[in-house]
Amino acid sequence: MFLALRELSFARGRFALMGSVVALIAVLMVLLSGLSVGLVNDGVSGLKKLPVSSFAFEAGVDESAAFTRSMVEIDKAEMWVDVPGVADAAPFGLTLVNTRTDRGVDIDLALFGVELDSWLLPTAATGSDLSGPGQILLAGTLADEGVAIGDVVVVDQIDKELEVVGFVDGQHTFGHVDVGYVDLSTWQEIRAGARPGDEVPNHVYRWVTAIAVLNEGDAEPDVAAADEMAGTTTMTLEESFGASPGYTAEVMTVQMIQWFLYAISALVVGAFFTVVAIQRRQEIAVMRAMGASTGYLLRDSITQSVILLVVATAVGLGIGLALGAGLSATEMPFALYPSAVAAASAFLVLLGLVGAAFGVLRVTRVDPLTALGASR
Amino acid sequence: MIAPVVELRGVSRVFPAGDVSVTALVDADLVVEPGDYVAVVGPSGSGKSTMLNILGLLDRPTSGTYLLEGIDTSTLSEGQRAGLRSRRIGFVFQSFHLLSHRTVLENVLLATIYNRMPRSERLPAAEEALRRVGLGHRMDFLPTRLSGGERQRVAIARAIVTRPALLLADEPTGNLDSATGESVLAFFDELRNDGLTLIVVTHDDKVSQHAERQVRLRDGRIERAA
Ligand SMILES: Nc1ncnc2c1ncn2[C@@H]1O[C@H](COP(=O)(O)OP(=O)(O)O)[C@@H](O)[C@H]1O
Ligand SMILES: [Mg+2]
Repeated sequence: MFLALRELSFARGRFALMGSVVALIAVLMVLLSGLSVGLVNDGVSGLKKLPVSSFAFEAGVDESAAFTRSMVEIDKAEMWVDVPGVADAAPFGLTLVNTRTDRGVDIDLALFGVELDSWLLPTAATGSDLSGPGQILLAGTLADEGVAIGDVVVVDQIDKELEVVGFVDGQHTFGHVDVGYVDLSTWQEIRAGARPGDEVPNHVYRWVTAIAVLNEGDAEPDVAAADEMAGTTTMTLEESFGASPGYTAEVMTVQMIQWFLYAISALVVGAFFTVVAIQRRQEIAVMRAMGASTGYLLRDSITQSVILLVVATAVGLGIGLALGAGLSATEMPFALYPSAVAAASAFLVLLGLVGAAFGVLRVTRVDPLTALGASR
Repeated sequence: MIAPVVELRGVSRVFPAGDVSVTALVDADLVVEPGDYVAVVGPSGSGKSTMLNILGLLDRPTSGTYLLEGIDTSTLSEGQRAGLRSRRIGFVFQSFHLLSHRTVLENVLLATIYNRMPRSERLPAAEEALRRVGLGHRMDFLPTRLSGGERQRVAIARAIVTRPALLLADEPTGNLDSATGESVLAFFDELRNDGLTLIVVTHDDKVSQHAERQVRLRDGRIERAA
């Protein structure tokens, strides 16, 4: 691999320039990967951590805003429990509120309302579980933001007070705000805008956002029939992510940028190696005349592009990971998963090679006769 | 009996050029025995390079048979022809065609790589070839720093390092002044005396006089040697 290496060191400037472009693309790719995972986490980590198979929403609800629009009667949980293949079903409430703690910390919350005897009830990692109305169990990440057990969280406008009894483990978010679990009846009162001391009409306690459904093992209940019977519209847990505010648009935007990056990378690398092949025409013609086999010349050129791509991607990866570590520590929704980054890097190298192949294949088409000007 | 190094039997080469086609070589017969020194002469456009390219396995005849050391080359694949080129044939071009980004030594070493010479023999062989052409002190130079005559001597070292059966040269002195050209020709004489088979294409009488046999081409046809 004598030639390829010599060429790399001889045309140092040119290859360094190309390498920098690939490295920069790799940096961007790492950042985008972190951003896309971060956005997903920030958008739906609270939903992901629910032990739920699907949600039955109000029939015909706008699917992109189901969690904020849907209103389902609480009795429908019983209808869903009886559906074959369904292990359990429970009412679930979700609403977004602005709050402030008694120590003056402003927090936006996605309130998840669950019945205290429900399988949906989370267990506290610190403090204690929900055990009655007026209590709240918060996302673990809030503990780092100046909220402590025993604080009182006050819901804006209605001045409803909720006592912090504990924290669930780690990040629980919905639509970029932290999750707080409350007792279902408390949730229903907040949702209805009832102030402390107000008389709450009975019908308030009849409505929830959705029925959370848990399937039996791998069973696939006949959802269409069940929806028909219960008068609901069901989405699987995954499908319901799209109902988190902005989720679909954000994920699609980031994915589109990623695909563009891959395409740009392949095209740029392809164009570069095509130019390199054209510039080396004369040289390749001489080597062919001297009896270099096509296989040898191909191996040589491919080695060259592999070295360029792997080294440049590795450098970019290093810079990207360093920048990413900085970003992870900030407020930005950013999380690096080794598997996601590794897959993206491998893909970048792979597509770069596809691009390079177009240039490298020109090598095989060099005719020693014409390129040597027939010795004239 | 040893087979001739080169045997052409009724070899023609037609270049399709739009509606009309150019017949660059017509029904050529030629036998070159081991140790021969043949000059192919003729005016420009008479088919000399065409013949040399066929002899060097860079081009295929349109019709006729070419035997290289008794092997019928028409039945060989491109890969086999490249292999034969790297082991049995050395080329010297008019414009040298050295790789400008490699040192003199590397240029010569390249030929030994394609040739699949055992690794341990490559460097000694390349150094030896360069010493033979009198460039033992220029091994680490880039070709751009050499004079024309020196470059052609590097090209010759590259052509002979693999110990080919046949050395093909197309206008080897065409880009050199007459004194330098003469020194290259003197070196060809030396190679000839060592038993190498040479075929040199030229339109220069001073060059062809060094050969012991002249093949004269006119309009693609071989005229009988004088
Ligand atoms: N690749 C080609 N395509 C078409 N015509 C060619 C080609 N190569 C050579 N010829 C023609 O063949 C004839 C012989 O060319 P060449 O062998 O180069 O002559 P010489 O080397 O004696 O000057 C010329 O008329 C030339 O134009
Ligand atoms: Mg010619």
